[in-house]
Amino acid sequence: MFLNLLPVLVVLCVASTPLAARAATTFELKSVKIDLPDSDRMFPEGPGSDAINNNCLACHSAGMVLNQPALSKQAWTAEVNKMINNYKAPVAPEDVGTIVDYLTALKGAK
Amino acid sequence: MADDGVFHRMMTRRRLLAAASAAAAGAALSRPAWAQSMIDLPLPDGPGARQITTSFPQKGPMILQRTRPPLLETPFEVFDKGVFTPNNQFYVRWHWALIPTDIDTDKFALTVRGHVNQTLSLSLNDILHGLPSVQLSAVNQCSGNSRGFFQPRVPGGEWANGAMGNALWTGVRLKDVLDKAGVKPGAVQVRFKGLEEPVVADAPHFVKSLDIDHARDGEVMIAFAMNGEQLPLLNGFPLRLIVPGWYATYWVKMLNDIEVLNQPDTNYWTKVAYTIPDTPYASIKPGEAGVKMIPINRMVPRSFVTNMASGSKVNAAAPLRGIAFGGDCGVAGVDYSIDRGQSWRQAQLGKDEGKYGFRQWQTQLALPAPGKYSLLIRCTNSNGVAQPDTPNWNPAGFMRNVVESIDIIAA
Repeated sequence: MFLNLLPVLVVLCVASTPLAARAATTFELKSVKIDLPDSDRMFPEGPGSDAINNNCLACHSAGMVLNQPALSKQAWTAEVNKMINNYKAPVAPEDVGTIVDYLTALKGAK
Repeated sequence: MADDGVFHRMMTRRRLLAAASAAAAGAALSRPAWAQSMIDLPLPDGPGARQITTSFPQKGPMILQRTRPPLLETPFEVFDKGVFTPNNQFYVRWHWALIPTDIDTDKFALTVRGHVNQTLSLSLNDILHGLPSVQLSAVNQCSGNSRGFFQPRVPGGEWANGAMGNALWTGVRLKDVLDKAGVKPGAVQVRFKGLEEPVVADAPHFVKSLDIDHARDGEVMIAFAMNGEQLPLLNGFPLRLIVPGWYATYWVKMLNDIEVLNQPDTNYWTKVAYTIPDTPYASIKPGEAGVKMIPINRMVPRSFVTNMASGSKVNAAAPLRGIAFGGDCGVAGVDYSIDRGQSWRQAQLGKDEGKYGFRQWQTQLALPAPGKYSLLIRCTNSNGVAQPDTPNWNPAGFMRNVVESIDIIAA
């Protein structure tokens, strides 16, 4: 009876080996050329919308921001500063306050 | 306890309009060219509306989180079809907007350099045909998968539960590639870089590092195929680093540069970004300061129902099924509760396709009376780690793995 289990055990051990080494593959890769869609979505018009459209859309589309939850002015300030300090967004210093105010008006914590 | 559903209500813009006004019924009949499918992700306090897009090459219907750089989420119903996530609906996440869209396989080269005996420039032919090929199924999950369910909410990609996928990866061992270059004594880490470039010249290139022993463990691999086909460009064609059991931030896409370091990597993406509190479940209280932060690393267990939406009316004896994964090891068991966690029953596990992959589970419900039930699903991994019954919280929205729950009504 135990002997009958042996083939099953062998199969299980093979199946649970995470990596099965093989000879080099016959698989081939084909060159790829694609076009990625872009977004022409702008931020909703309002005080500061020019500043945010001009400063933020070079690196990411507007949808990223419009999908964000309501956040405090402090949190929006931290986000804008992260874009400038960590990701080197070239935001003109005089636009920083305008952008934070725009985001807080659009998506401020209630 | 989290009460987010794992399914999301599908609706079309056409239907929304029809609901909004009777006049829209005419517009609906004429099927305007701009009619687009929408989904409403059940994120606390919203916004949850997202477009279902089919505009991305080599990809099928995806939840549009961001157009550029692309963030595309897998619609959750895909996970009910089996443990391998189809390439054309595998989620997509890029950091920088300059992504090469034209890859010539004859010109592509992978460089291995740094603290090695000889610098290598490997062609795709060298990699596919010059080294032993290996296969492994493994879950690739974004560090911030399910971020949209954090409360209080945190900024970032506002994903529901679909920033994950499981594939059978084919490639070569990173160890074999490093051995070919000859790692010099004193190497401490290995840094990986892909072809994506920041829009702003002095912004930090996306790079990630692993400790040298991890890099040489024989499991970390360089994949050239995913579910038996070449990778979609947006999933990292032609080569992607596979780090089984670790969050996807380490799985560098379009990998073309490997640098062996003789001192710890201090670059932004390893040292500052993608860090978690060094606490149980990477959890802190909102506003808590002065916490030691460490790079995110191993994944933790999760499980989901895939055949029922929250809010569904079901038969008292309905079949229930879903997927689970152990994180950095296999699934030991999946349990479910129909009485808010007072008692738990074991689900049956499906075929084991490898310890780092998804594992299907199923059971037959036996709901004692008509009415509302909150079903809880809990995975325990083979290291004995179970999903917690309270959600974690951290400011980056990383590593959510709370016991999932769905609300159903027994007929």
